[in-house]
Amino acid sequence: MKYMLIFAGEHEGGEEKMAEVMAGVDTWWGKYSHSGAIVGGERLQPPSRATTVRLGGAAPTIVDGPFAETKESIGGFAIVDVPDLDAALEMVKSWPGSPAVEIRPVWED
Amino acid sequence: MGGATEAVLGEVFREEAGRVTASLMRRYGNFELAEDCTQEACVEALRSWPVRGIPTRPGAWLRRVAERRALDRLRRDQRFAAKVRVMPFPAPESGDDRLRLMFACCHPALSRDAQVALTLRTVAGLTTAQIASAFLISEASVAQRITRAKRKIVDAAIPFRMPAAADLEDRVAEVLAVLYLMFNEGYLASRWEVAHDSSLAEDATWLAGLVVHVLPTQAELLGLLALFKFQLARVRARFAADGSLVLLADQDRSLWDQEGIREASELLEQAATLDRPGPYQFQAAIASCHALAESWSATDWPLMVRLYDRLLQVQPSPVVRLNRAVALWHVAGAEVALSETDDLVPDLQRYHLLHSTRAELLRELGREDEAQAAWAQALALTLNPAERRHIRARAARI
Repeated sequence: MKYMLIFAGEHEGGEEKMAEVMAGVDTWWGKYSHSGAIVGGERLQPPSRATTVRLGGAAPTIVDGPFAETKESIGGFAIVDVPDLDAALEMVKSWPGSPAVEIRPVWED
Repeated sequence: MGGATEAVLGEVFREEAGRVTASLMRRYGNFELAEDCTQEACVEALRSWPVRGIPTRPGAWLRRVAERRALDRLRRDQRFAAKVRVMPFPAPESGDDRLRLMFACCHPALSRDAQVALTLRTVAGLTTAQIASAFLISEASVAQRITRAKRKIVDAAIPFRMPAAADLEDRVAEVLAVLYLMFNEGYLASRWEVAHDSSLAEDATWLAGLVVHVLPTQAELLGLLALFKFQLARVRARFAADGSLVLLADQDRSLWDQEGIREASELLEQAATLDRPGPYQFQAAIASCHALAESWSATDWPLMVRLYDRLLQVQPSPVVRLNRAVALWHVAGAEVALSETDDLVPDLQRYHLLHSTRAELLRELGREDEAQAAWAQALALTLNPAERRHIRARAARI
């Protein structure tokens, strides 16, 4: 079963704290890549560098910023392939990065 | 169909529906298929049994019909069949299938409302209409809640198995919260038209017994079942012939079910030997303190206050503090108890029992005008007919 883990929100604290968090993320990512659970994923640049294109109107409009202004912005994602939701939850409980993670099942047909 | 037949069917479904769903679940590994086909079998039973009589082995009958439905459906829908085949579930482990079903229904990835509706429907075999009337919500919203939850179980791959050992305690806590909510809805009944229908409380007790059977060494689980049994043992004394509520202080204790109290006491002792205290065990201990007292005045109030103190340590809620204040009244007097409740007013402004408790205390202190104002506030905050009658009667007895 494939899920997308969506990492959201930012850590508080200075550079030192940030380095510590990144080191933890590297270890975590290494562990689950090695086990075969992580099949893809990336860290994203901040939403201030995002561009959104709205296609609902007569012509596409281009807007500076993310598609939704939320308190918890998306900082990265991983695609994981694990037996079930409990296995995904188990992984996510030890995630050392962002303060929130959404687990979204991927359509598989 | 007569009410008697319906009651028998209800009993059979409660006993069998969860088993049938669990066995289909194990065979086909698809929650939605298992649940739908069991429901269809129950509907067919409701049509057929009142006419032809209840079969000698109702469980086997339901299983056969549900199996046939499942096979029909798989034959009809090849795409669905393919999906079922790619979702094999692990072979059965030890323990009751229905418990695994309960863990799936009470999975923390589902909302509490969905957990409750799904557990009642799938494990206890209640119909959508019964769940709707128990929680005073429309049948359509119960159906929607159940459909969404079933889809999530299937599409997000919520597993049908015992939780990992490391998660067991958390997952049991999840089941306990669902059962506690179910029980209270049946026992306290915020629904106004049936103040004393305790069938939901009995369902919750039955389900708790099922879990205890498989997990006999979870202290809080034993505590919860003990609590349910202490409460149910007093159920016959809670209402007068005219349907009005009889407070614990005024109940005819000879109506209490001594056998039930004995069972509950044994469960609580069993829990205590495990040395893992928790909020449900403290609540059960408080209930036991009432159940074992010969009269209201013979209640061991100092012990009661100590038990509330322990409960407050693990569950610091304003409602628990209110109950502690009532116990304290009998130990330290109305003045002290009233000043305890002063602090609770901001939190419990909308809780009728705060106001009726304060009314009793104010009356004892001779402050009748303030007491009347408090009764009026209590009355404005509850719809339960038995409670309303009680409040009116207390306010009038000057």
